[in-house]
Amino acid sequence: MSTTTSTPKLKTSAMIASFADPGQKTAPTPFGHALVKAAEENDRIVGLTADLGKYTDMHIFAQAFPERFFQMGMAEQLLFGAAAGFAETGLVPFASTYSVFAARRAYDFLCLDIAEPNLNVNIVGGLPGLTTGYGPSHQATEDMAIFRGMPNLTIVDPCDSVDIEQAVPQLAASDGPTYLRLLRGKVPTVLDEYDYTFELGKAKELRGGTDVVFISSGLMTMRALQAADALAKHKVDVAVVHTPTIKPFDSETVLGAINTNRLAVTLENHSVVGGLFETVASATVRAGLGKRVVPIGLPDEFLAAGALPTLHDRYGLSIDKIVATVLSELD
Amino acid sequence: MSQLTHDRPPAAAAPLEDRVERVAAAAYRMRHYALNMGEVQGQGYVGQALGSADIMAAVYADQLRFKPDEPEWEGRDRFLLSTGHYAIGHYAALAEAGIVPVDELDTYGSDDSRLPMSGMASYTPGMEISGGSLGHGLGVAVGIALGLRFQGSDARVFNFLSDGELDEGSTWEAAMGAHHHQLGNLTAMVDINALQADGKTDTVLRTEPLTEKWEAFGWFTQRVDGNDPEQLVRAFSNASEQASTTGHPSMILCDTLVGRGVPLLENREKAHFMRIDESEWQICRDQLTAGFEAATHEGTARS
Repeated sequence: MSTTTSTPKLKTSAMIASFADPGQKTAPTPFGHALVKAAEENDRIVGLTADLGKYTDMHIFAQAFPERFFQMGMAEQLLFGAAAGFAETGLVPFASTYSVFAARRAYDFLCLDIAEPNLNVNIVGGLPGLTTGYGPSHQATEDMAIFRGMPNLTIVDPCDSVDIEQAVPQLAASDGPTYLRLLRGKVPTVLDEYDYTFELGKAKELRGGTDVVFISSGLMTMRALQAADALAKHKVDVAVVHTPTIKPFDSETVLGAINTNRLAVTLENHSVVGGLFETVASATVRAGLGKRVVPIGLPDEFLAAGALPTLHDRYGLSIDKIVATVLSELD
Repeated sequence: MSQLTHDRPPAAAAPLEDRVERVAAAAYRMRHYALNMGEVQGQGYVGQALGSADIMAAVYADQLRFKPDEPEWEGRDRFLLSTGHYAIGHYAALAEAGIVPVDELDTYGSDDSRLPMSGMASYTPGMEISGGSLGHGLGVAVGIALGLRFQGSDARVFNFLSDGELDEGSTWEAAMGAHHHQLGNLTAMVDINALQADGKTDTVLRTEPLTEKWEAFGWFTQRVDGNDPEQLVRAFSNASEQASTTGHPSMILCDTLVGRGVPLLENREKAHFMRIDESEWQICRDQLTAGFEAATHEGTARS
């Protein structure tokens, strides 16, 4: 046994713990409340889950509309096959599970039952990227890489409660299938501080800056904004462009931001393979821009278990690590 | 041409012997359609189409409510073909039902045809889903049955599966879901031809005992000779009596013979994808006609 004194190690929190910083403004279960609101206006919306209602905020909808909620059991192939069936009858299903199960386990059902017939099924995936410390069984670090190759599927990676609240009715209103990388529980509220509204398929500049441009999606937009503030203290002026829709991708806005003399950095809560970075890289090459882009994202490996702050720092997603990466690039 | 221009199930009023005769006659025509399509292609899943013709005939000539000129009529009963490669048999049924013109069957499997080798919803009127990746149909059927019931429709959902398809775990997820949600408006049929791509079902992955399995999963289960129109009509009648907005889903397990109706093919070494020589198609047709006429003559002599 060690007798040396040291700071106690952080503990892996419960699977569904919030990733909000201490004292940060949050909104409770924004997806559940947004779905209830959308369903009050659109009586064709129904909710389905695969034994993860409480863990995907679907329970809020189930409580509000018990007759419009369908429990499919821990059976993701049935969940998405049945969701396709609901849509075939003209209803608008939102079907929730964890991202790992939607992307890895039920891919064939999403692809052939939902995406090929281009049905309005809205797939809601909890624990996207690195938002749980439970290890690779629950960390969907490659969900966007898996889904980007699926024709017809719209992919949305929201930053915060504002994004989620505004996205849900737009997902219901869009004709084809969608995939939402769900943030659940106490979700940070960040974008209300900016002149911003979520528009499906659009990237938005949240702040301007002359030295560096961050292209970010998901919760990494929150970190990008915090890192931009921190970098200002180092006399580095950083712009942030938030691109919550990964597919179809708003190349025009993003390339406009990249095609400058600024250092271009992508930030994503996803593997550096197949996600935002490669989406931006492919758009950049297609446009013939000889521009270097620095990726900040999860490494191409199976990640460790542990406490989220520990893991985010280890894998480069923490504010300190973002700042360090940018400063070393500018040296 | 077909008499199936109704939007009510013809089973509703007719005497049993009339229904059986109608199903047998429809199945006979459908087998000819399947042989003709097979000849156009020079190959195809003719063995499966012949084996399952009586089941599909019972569905389309005796059970299903539909409007031939309006395949997407909201009040229709839904027939979902999980087994995409059985499309040749399904196209024969759609032609018999007047949904697809008989003349169009000659385009089966050709470029730009509405009748591709593996059934797809976006290509063919009356094709509800794109099957082919096996183990999908029953899950989608559960969703459609739930969605129809939720919207107050009394339309029924029929799903056609094969015994090989029962290897897929997703089929059993759906079997549990249908029972859990008490989908009395759902009827499924399994074509048990005891054959799959790599050989006989009991050597590839044993699925028996099937009656006990489906009963244990909470389904009202019947097992019949799937090439006997009378047994099929009786089984569908039993299933219809069970059908209700809430209740047990219905399973009709159908033992069938690959190539049924054409002795040359019935006796051939069984294969998932049957090869038939150019010179054999007419022999097949002649044998089919002779068999049907003999059976009809026998039936007439008996009565």
